[in-house]
Amino acid sequence: MSMRTPLKNVRYLGSAKEGADHFWLQRVTAAANLLLSIFAICLVLSLVGADHGQVKATLANPLYALPLLLFVVSAAIHMRLGMQVIIEDYVHGEAAKIALLLLNTFFAIAVAGASTLSILKLSFGG
Amino acid sequence: MADANAKRGSQAARPLSPHLQIYKMPINMLMSIVHRITGGALYVGTILVACVLVAAASGADAYNTVTSWLAWWPGQIVLIGYTWALLHHLAGGVRHFIWDTGHGYALETVDLLSWGTLAFSATATVLIWGYVLLCTGGAAP
Repeated sequence: MSMRTPLKNVRYLGSAKEGADHFWLQRVTAAANLLLSIFAICLVLSLVGADHGQVKATLANPLYALPLLLFVVSAAIHMRLGMQVIIEDYVHGEAAKIALLLLNTFFAIAVAGASTLSILKLSFGG
Repeated sequence: MADANAKRGSQAARPLSPHLQIYKMPINMLMSIVHRITGGALYVGTILVACVLVAAASGADAYNTVTSWLAWWPGQIVLIGYTWALLHHLAGGVRHFIWDTGHGYALETVDLLSWGTLAFSATATVLIWGYVLLCTGGAAP
C-alpha cells in the first residue's frame, strides 16, 4: 500500500490540457444560445395560434429549421454542462455521482436527438 | 473556573454574525441561486420542447393533442413559467458575460445588474404573454 497522497502522485506530471474546456464550452454555447433563443422565441410567437399545416410549412423553410435545430443542439450541450456542475456540487457518493453523470449525458443526447430528428422530418416535408 | 466563565459570558452579549434571524440575503446571492434553479427548470422543460417537436413531426392529431394540453390553464401556467425561466436565465447569462470581462464588480453595479436581470425577465415575460393572450384571447400557443 502506497503512503503517497493523491496529490503527490499527480504532481509535476503536467496538466491534463483540458482544465478550461468545460468553462469555455459553457461560454461558447451560452453565446450561441443568447442569439438562437431570441430567434426561437420570435419563431414560437409567430406561430401563436397556428395549426399543424402552418407549423409544417414554416419548418419546411430551412431558414427557420436550421437555427431551431442549432438551438436545440447548443442548448442540449449547455444544459448537460450545467447539470454536470450541479450534480458534482451536491452528490458526493461516488457510485451515485457517476450514475447521475451518465444519465445526464444520456438525457441531453436523447432530448437533442428526438428534437433534431423531428425538426429534420418536418423540414424534409414528412 | 465557573466564575471566570460567568465573567467572560457577561461581557459577550453581542449578536453572533451572520445571525440567521437578522440576516438579509444580498440580491446577487438570491439571483445566483435563482440562476441555478431556472437552469434546472429549463433542463426539465426541454422534455416539453421535445414533446411538441415530436408531436408536430408525428402528424396533425398528435400535434393537436399536445397543443390542447398546453392551452389548458395548467399548461399555460407551465408555459408562462418556462418563458420567465428562459428569459431570466438568459439575462443572468448576460450578467455573467459582463463579469467574465472583469468589469461590474463594484457593489452598486453588482446590485444594479442583479435587480436588472429580475426587472428584464419580469417585464419581457409580461410583454410576451400580453402579446400571446392578445392574439389568442387565451387559447393555444
